[in-house]
Amino acid sequence: MTRYFTKDHEWIAVEGSEATVGITDYAQSQLGDITFVEVPGEGSEVSMGDSASVVDSVKAASDVYAPVSGKVTVSNAALEDQPELVNTDPEGDGWLWKMTLSDPAELDGLMDEASYQAFIAEL
Amino acid sequence: MSDTYDISELDPDVPTGPLALPLDTWHRARGGRMVDFAGYWMPVQFEGIIAEHLWTRESAGFFDVSHMGQLYVSGEGAEAALEAVLPIDLSTLPIGGVRYSLLLNDEGGILDDLMVSRWGQGFYLVVNGATKWDDIATLRERLPDAITLNHLEDSALFALQGPKAFEALEPLVTGEYPLSALTFMRGGQFKMGGVDAWISRSGYTGEDGFEISVPAENAAELADLICAQPLVKPIGLGARDSLRLEAGLPLYGHDMTDTVDPVSADLLFGINKRRRSEGGFPGADVILPLIASGAETRRVGLAIEGRMAAREGAKVLSGDVEVGTITSGGFSPSLERPIAMAYVAVAHAAPGTQLTIDVRGRKLAASVVPMPFVPHRYHRKGAA
Repeated sequence: MTRYFTKDHEWIAVEGSEATVGITDYAQSQLGDITFVEVPGEGSEVSMGDSASVVDSVKAASDVYAPVSGKVTVSNAALEDQPELVNTDPEGDGWLWKMTLSDPAELDGLMDEASYQAFIAEL
Repeated sequence: MSDTYDISELDPDVPTGPLALPLDTWHRARGGRMVDFAGYWMPVQFEGIIAEHLWTRESAGFFDVSHMGQLYVSGEGAEAALEAVLPIDLSTLPIGGVRYSLLLNDEGGILDDLMVSRWGQGFYLVVNGATKWDDIATLRERLPDAITLNHLEDSALFALQGPKAFEALEPLVTGEYPLSALTFMRGGQFKMGGVDAWISRSGYTGEDGFEISVPAENAAELADLICAQPLVKPIGLGARDSLRLEAGLPLYGHDMTDTVDPVSADLLFGINKRRRSEGGFPGADVILPLIASGAETRRVGLAIEGRMAAREGAKVLSGDVEVGTITSGGFSPSLERPIAMAYVAVAHAAPGTQLTIDVRGRKLAASVVPMPFVPHRYHRKGAA
């Protein structure tokens, strides 16, 4: 499994043509207490860069963009009652949705873990 | 006390970054996440907004509000001069009394909301940080030259709020009378850590609590003294906003502006009874007829279904018809649901009215509810 990162602070963990998407630990720490997560509908098609989900914190609502294009297969139902999972375990149990990739070549434009850490160190 | 205010010192065209307040280093040392607010670096949160909010509701929260403007109006005839500028009845305000008032323009719009206290020889005003420079200019222009307007720039301002605020503060202060002599909206001069402090029983959270003005040079040591109490934690601006929203207290620049009148804003308590009959304050020609006829819109509270928050700018609908706009909103940590303030047409302002809010294309169900959303727990005179 390979994990990629975006400049908008999403992560995507890819295994073959299947992937899991969430927001990074840096993103959740910036957003603060998360009170609501709107996940995309299962079966919906998302295009790279589209707003696919909304994460609401006490401070503000933030869009979560699809890191790559594809079809949503599963949304994280646990977030309905426990949106705080995105705070406590953003890169684990706080995942947002799983998807099937339609164009794996889009992954080439994303950052690896080391590049992302260097990117946020500059922010 | 600082020097007499001089208008020549003000130059709004000089570009400046955020300024540091007396507790800047203190906040950073405690992990405060600093943001630019009203031209100052201020902590938006320490451990987290929800935790800080709930701590204030159950114990005592320490807020640094030194960005706010502290002013002192004095001189022969100050009382009459201030009554000509504000719709306040000072004849019923005793020494040590604190009262809410409004700075109005001639069109009846709200330039700011403020607190006025009577000190022995003059009046102490606390105005909003973002508006203080405009307020000073407005007051200086409207007050006679013989009246002195001091900007107390050498004073810091704290708030200690929550059901245990008294228990936390009481051991730290001495004075001519005990802290318990203060009831809601009463203040007095005390000593804290050997330093002069003006303390009033007032605040912006709906809880019992105090606002404390101290010399800026002693701010850090006194903040340490207060926060050394186990009942007290420092609280950032984020929780200050969610607390005041639950308390139904409007925020200047959002829930009231210079184009909103006090009748629509449901802030008539800021225009004292005698002034409503006598007039003689800026905007009276507009506001007094409006009190008689009623306004077309009103500030109301909205309880929102679900978990998604509706924020400032979101449109309020009745069916498909737009009937208002949200002016502030967010998730209520105490109620664990989204709440909001909105201006709606009076036909839709009655409690129980069912409305819809459009949040970026999503339709949320909401109902008009009385404010405060969370009951006030002020320590009122005569109450147990």
